[in-house]
Amino acid sequence: MEKSLNWYEFVITRLIKASGYSAIIFVALIFFFLVREGIPTFAETSLSSLLNIRWYPIEDHFGILPLITGSLIVTIGAALVAVPFGLGTAVYISEIAPRWMREILKPLVELLGGLPSVVLGFLGILVLSPYLRVLLNLPTGLTALAGSLLLGGIAVPTVVSVAEDALDAVPRAYREGAWALGATRWQTIWRVTFPAARSGVLTAVMLGVGRAIGETMTVMMVTGNAPVLAVKLGSLFSPVRTMTATIAAEMGEVASGSTHYHVLFFIGMVLFLISLAVNIAASSVVFRTKKRAERILS
Amino acid sequence: MKRALPINRHLAQRTGFTIISLMAFATVVPIIAVVIYILIQGLPAISWEFLTGFPHNGMRAGGILPAIIGTIYLTIGTAIFSVPLGIAAAIYLSEYAADTPLTRTIRIAIINLAGIPSVVYGLFGLGLFVIFLNFGTSILAASLTLSIMTLPVIISTAEESLRSVPQAFRTVSISLGATRWQTIRRIVLKEALPGILTGVILGLERAAGETAPILFTGAAFFLPRLPHSPLDATMALPYHLFVISTQVPEMPIKIQYGTALVLLVFVLSMNLIATVIRSRARARRQW
Amino acid sequence: MVDKIVIENLSLQYSDGTESLRGISLNIPEKAVTVLFGPAGGGKSTLLRCLNRLNDLTEVKAASGQILIDGQNILDPNIDVIALRRRIGMVFARPVVLPLSISGNLTYGLELAGEKRRSKLDEAVERSLKLAALWEEVRDRLDDPAIALSGGQQQRLCLARSLALQPEIILLDEPTSGLDPISTGKVEAALQELKKEYTIILVPHSVQQAGRTADYAAFFLQGELVEYGEGKSLFTAPKQKRTEDYITGRFG
Repeated sequence: MEKSLNWYEFVITRLIKASGYSAIIFVALIFFFLVREGIPTFAETSLSSLLNIRWYPIEDHFGILPLITGSLIVTIGAALVAVPFGLGTAVYISEIAPRWMREILKPLVELLGGLPSVVLGFLGILVLSPYLRVLLNLPTGLTALAGSLLLGGIAVPTVVSVAEDALDAVPRAYREGAWALGATRWQTIWRVTFPAARSGVLTAVMLGVGRAIGETMTVMMVTGNAPVLAVKLGSLFSPVRTMTATIAAEMGEVASGSTHYHVLFFIGMVLFLISLAVNIAASSVVFRTKKRAERILS
Repeated sequence: MKRALPINRHLAQRTGFTIISLMAFATVVPIIAVVIYILIQGLPAISWEFLTGFPHNGMRAGGILPAIIGTIYLTIGTAIFSVPLGIAAAIYLSEYAADTPLTRTIRIAIINLAGIPSVVYGLFGLGLFVIFLNFGTSILAASLTLSIMTLPVIISTAEESLRSVPQAFRTVSISLGATRWQTIRRIVLKEALPGILTGVILGLERAAGETAPILFTGAAFFLPRLPHSPLDATMALPYHLFVISTQVPEMPIKIQYGTALVLLVFVLSMNLIATVIRSRARARRQW
Repeated sequence: MVDKIVIENLSLQYSDGTESLRGISLNIPEKAVTVLFGPAGGGKSTLLRCLNRLNDLTEVKAASGQILIDGQNILDPNIDVIALRRRIGMVFARPVVLPLSISGNLTYGLELAGEKRRSKLDEAVERSLKLAALWEEVRDRLDDPAIALSGGQQQRLCLARSLALQPEIILLDEPTSGLDPISTGKVEAALQELKKEYTIILVPHSVQQAGRTADYAAFFLQGELVEYGEGKSLFTAPKQKRTEDYITGRFG
């Protein structure tokens, strides 16, 4: 009986170990396929033509700068919305709200995180952009601003949950020490708790921004999809196009193996590398702080 | 430091708290408003024919049954691939892995998988499953793509759940002559199961609502029949909503809202089930 | 008295270099209570965990020396560790009941070993609860969750659990440290009964407890075995000055 148990346990352990390694395999696989289909771009167009400011694939113009600026302006706008509201909500839930309120708010924010992006994009088309058009007297409501507002809303749950965990993790002793010294709760939050949760808050912001950069459907539906270079403040109020929307909109119509096809994969590669950079930065913030904490405790 | 009057400090606190509370409500109220608005606008479209019939007249009339069924198929398909693999990987990280550079690389890989844009998953799925493995635009390709996307969510929530089981249980179990796997199966996994289940449902909820990963890997605009096999393409609720709200001229608004409502109900009921499981488990915990 | 366990020159290091045990040589007689006492950090718990190879799970390395149980070296990598652990029962400092019913806790070890017969399991439940002096208190609610018991009852349940597999040796690591004096008294009384059949090694949580319960005693100080002897003589007339200083409370 012992023998068969050993064999069974051996197989299970092997399977579990293999599953553990699977994450690395998948990341490598994804990168491999993006590169495989994206690198041929360089054989067919030059780097300088990619850095052009015209994106007009029908006439072989593959300048990706307008797409990059489009993503950038929408993401920055989203961050301007998500960071204050997300951190504010996190502070409220973690430090100010009474317990019963917390039990209502946390599920509600989680609910927002579960809303499909296509539903928000849908409401963006039917409700938000007509409203913006009328409110700001614009020719169209399908603008970077609409995208930023909705993306901010999509990024908020991420920011709230990570930041709230970070604030929660600050030891009670810190707050009690400040109160004992005569600080008000407000002063304690901003001078003690928040700085103590600094790395977690930073991680929350980075992950939220990462979420915004990667969002596809919402931006595709409300930002107007005009690949125009977006570098002025006024660009916020006109249509733009993001990298993600470009891929989603045009992939269905390209011939497999054509230059357009390869360029779209190349854009995918760029997006992959951006999210890789953001995530490595976010996790290195966590690792670095852990080491510091170990040094302090020893 | 300037000597501040006590009145000023409390005023500052009162003001600060008010601003922060307003921010929190400004975040939360739109969520409720969105749900209620879609409910009000979409409810008139809901009828037995709507839920069980096929689209007619270029989507402008009839029902959305194939989209509903398609989403159910895709969710099941995603579950089949991502759940066993995700739980096994979580067990590895929680119960077997030591703190080595390899383990840290695995964790970074998981964080990265979680951050990859959904449309990039679509590209990957296109490159690997549709083209290279020649599955074509199919439920199979779309499910596999969605599974890899869902994997990090399942792994991280499952691992957290496993880790929350007190270490003392494992020590006691081993001291009574259990092997590591016996300990995991009989004690750790059993206690972590509600938490794992919650994570699984939340992960599948996200997969059900995603459009970009299925755009090029499995979604079809219109199919006259329900899919027969995993190699068939399928309609799906998120994709259907996208199409009828952006590509179909003269689309009745009522049907758009109705579709949005059905998708919302699908997704939110999963959310509700997960929340209920989580709170019931917390109440019955034996530690 | 026959020696059940013979420890020969045992040394252990944690993976961060701190030495845990230095050259310990000790004989444990069978069917008696041997007490390992001394201040914190002495290596007593580590030694207990070596006996049932629980240290395999921790960051311990550079072990040298032998531990012979009935003449067999249990530090040999080829021995069946699972079988060894079934021969040795362990009770920990804080009562850790498994998230099962009272009877579930007791039958856990037997079920792991493959015992399926209901009669055998029930009999083991009753037998071990009686040995731990808990039977009368819980006989009507064996299916209740074990977590519902009081602290003292939980610890006696852990004692019963360790007896369910009918081991030869019982290890107890500060088993009464969180308990009130009455529960402590019940545990100590149970040990006096059990020592007729089992070899018992106890790490007490106070010198007084050591004095009450020890047939044999070993004084550990920072990983070294300072003195060993019969309980009566060691506590009234210790041979080493360090032992005397500790017993009389000059340090601790």
